[in-house]
Amino acid sequence: MRTTDSLLEARRELEICNACRYCEGFCAVFPAMELRRVFNNGDLSYLANLCHNCRGCYYACQYAPPHEFGINMPRTFAELRAETYEEYAWPGFLAGAFRRNGAVIAILTALCLAGVLIAAALFQSPAVLFGSHAGPGAFYAVIPHGVMVAVAGVTGLFALFALLVGFIRFWSDIGGRAGDFFRPAPLARALGDILTLRNLGEEHGCNDQDEAFSSLRRRFHHALFYGFLACFASTATATFYEYGLSMISPFHLFSLPVVLGTVGGIGIVVGCAGMLWLKMASDQAPGARRLLGGDVAFVLLLALSSVSGLTLLALRGTSGMGITLALHLGFVLTLFLSLPYSKFVHAIYRAGALLRYALERRS
Amino acid sequence: MTDLSKPYDVLVVGGGNAALCAAISAREAGASVLILEHAPKAFRGGNSRHTRNLRTMHQAPTATLTEAYLEEEYWEDLRRVTGGETNEELARLTIRSTADALPWMEEHGVCFQPSLSGTLSLSRTNAFFLGGGKALVNAYYLTAERMGIDILYDTEVTHLALEDGEIRSATITCRGFPETVRARTVVAASGGFQANIGWLRRYWGEAADNFLIRGTSYAQGKILADLSEQGVMTAGDPKQCHAVAIDARAPKMDGGIVTRLDCVPFSIVVNRNAQRFYDEGEDFWPKRYAIWGRLVAQQEAQIGYSIIDAKCIELFMPSVFPPVKADTIAELAVKLGLEPGALEKTVADYNEAVRPGTFDHRVLDDCRTDGLSPPKTHWARRIDTPPFYGYPLRPGITFTYLGVKVDERARVMLSDGRPTANLFAAGEIMAGNILGRGYLAGIGMAIGTVFGLIAGREAAKHAHN
Repeated sequence: MRTTDSLLEARRELEICNACRYCEGFCAVFPAMELRRVFNNGDLSYLANLCHNCRGCYYACQYAPPHEFGINMPRTFAELRAETYEEYAWPGFLAGAFRRNGAVIAILTALCLAGVLIAAALFQSPAVLFGSHAGPGAFYAVIPHGVMVAVAGVTGLFALFALLVGFIRFWSDIGGRAGDFFRPAPLARALGDILTLRNLGEEHGCNDQDEAFSSLRRRFHHALFYGFLACFASTATATFYEYGLSMISPFHLFSLPVVLGTVGGIGIVVGCAGMLWLKMASDQAPGARRLLGGDVAFVLLLALSSVSGLTLLALRGTSGMGITLALHLGFVLTLFLSLPYSKFVHAIYRAGALLRYALERRS
Repeated sequence: MTDLSKPYDVLVVGGGNAALCAAISAREAGASVLILEHAPKAFRGGNSRHTRNLRTMHQAPTATLTEAYLEEEYWEDLRRVTGGETNEELARLTIRSTADALPWMEEHGVCFQPSLSGTLSLSRTNAFFLGGGKALVNAYYLTAERMGIDILYDTEVTHLALEDGEIRSATITCRGFPETVRARTVVAASGGFQANIGWLRRYWGEAADNFLIRGTSYAQGKILADLSEQGVMTAGDPKQCHAVAIDARAPKMDGGIVTRLDCVPFSIVVNRNAQRFYDEGEDFWPKRYAIWGRLVAQQEAQIGYSIIDAKCIELFMPSVFPPVKADTIAELAVKLGLEPGALEKTVADYNEAVRPGTFDHRVLDDCRTDGLSPPKTHWARRIDTPPFYGYPLRPGITFTYLGVKVDERARVMLSDGRPTANLFAAGEIMAGNILGRGYLAGIGMAIGTVFGLIAGREAAKHAHN
């Protein structure tokens, strides 16, 4: 991690925190901090990505602004985190996308939607696009199977590769080694931390809106996270149905892909709505204002992908199916393209930081 | 909106732990309550903001406390640190009541955590607040707001009119505007006077100007002075204060916990003339830091310099300010503003006097000096491995001992020995009744919580009669 103003500020604040240590009961950041006396750039990247932004330390801090020490760890870490995303992004010339992330994602969404709609209008006759289709292969009548697979495959693989490069850069920067991924106990511990979000307030809750403790944010994030996983599982089972069982979509309402997708989609919508509400309703003091645009854009994109998917389910027997499908695929395409350049990357870096923490705890 | 024209059942002066406990317990007993906090919201909570734990008696292990800590041992600890300057009846009342205070605190929003690292082995005796004292204060304010207690910040009580042993009214300055408040009862929980440099100067002279105040700048002692001028009996030595040696670069006020320095037992400490003045290795630092405040206060310009070498830099908790660093003693002296030749001689004399021994910072080891005055009796090792480090030290005042005298119902006593009719006290303003000297970690919060609960309950009871 290069030296930036945010990084120097994080170092300044952590050196004060390390002489205090009152917050060590809140989350993993403080025990990890206590293992160090000096914080090199990689350490700061690790700690910034280990922070879950629960804001417990901000409200408990006797040195929070207006105190002259001006400690605001959640904001400082959020700003540094955004810079680490930029630092590790691949290819490097796209790293700038993190700087005006809200605008970038909004424009990308507009371009993808327009692209899909224009392509559909150009290559498909209105009779097909606005017609009513039923039975196996109904979707592919509007957008051909080969096109869907090719676009999803290329963009998906590209996103995966870009995320992987970013992760490897992060992992080596924070002092991780390849062998670390073959140690079952820390891996299990980290997985537990990821699946339960233990660091978002343990049993007492975190400071979602103000100095009161609450578990709302954790619950909304769970809805979003498990919803996302369910949608992923839906896609995976659908693929298996088509290639393994030679069944062609659309599938029955009570089939596994549809049930998983529906439940997942509702989870994402509920989670996104809750996260957005908390973002708007909460005290802005410990938040990083310049990151708000990117955060909101990513959450909205996720929500719109789900809403369009659920709408497609509702309208799939009608003449509205064609356009809804095009819109849904437009949102999903945007999501795929923006995965390595949006708030989504927090998932891989947070996971990596939690694994690093689990490894440190054992040694 | 707070209506100051109606009389409240209970007026609470102050906004720290004791004040909040009093306000909440009075409200629970059915009283209407007004809290007047001198500080703005961001700095509310007095010295409680800077605390971390509460010393509590317990019969058996709890979720966060190990083993047991019984009344006799607690009392013995308190008697030892105070050298008998305590009131046994009130002390034992406090000790016994801490056992019930803990569940009360949890019911009113305080979260506890196990004692982790970075603390002096207190997991058996002290219950730690999750996130520290400011988190506790936040929890109590939320509870108070939910219960319908009125709270005014930026509001200083300047005078409590005491007539015939009864408080008739309170004169206040609310966000700059003078007002008069009437209340059936008053709880004074407005702290000590340690942030009032002018008052400290009465006992310390100009040396007080060089003192740093570790806690809130709002502890001006205005109510304490006001009440004693009106014939309230005091308790505790007015001249004494709890003074710790802290980093001289700390803020003048409100520096809190981070400004402490734990390097002294591994160092030599010199004054402005580069001369040593006390045995740095007399005992473990937690048992000695409180005498070092006074020791430094007695030096010229109230400053000391703790000098170590590279062997010791990782033996203590990190400091909030980086040490002054140099490759030679002479260079270090220049950076610290000391006479290089004098410091070189002091270090050389010390190095000469160091006897061989087996260094172990966890025990009172056998590393000592021979033929040096003053001696260093433990952890004495030659200062010979560059880089060399120096930390400037100044006295940091934690609290003052002078308070108002109270009885077991937290009623403030008049100098003729009678209790006041409707005035109660809790927290640092009366802690001197129990802690007349010395310090025991977590005792201030114990006294504040227990007497806050008593004062609130008694005030509510009196207001209803």
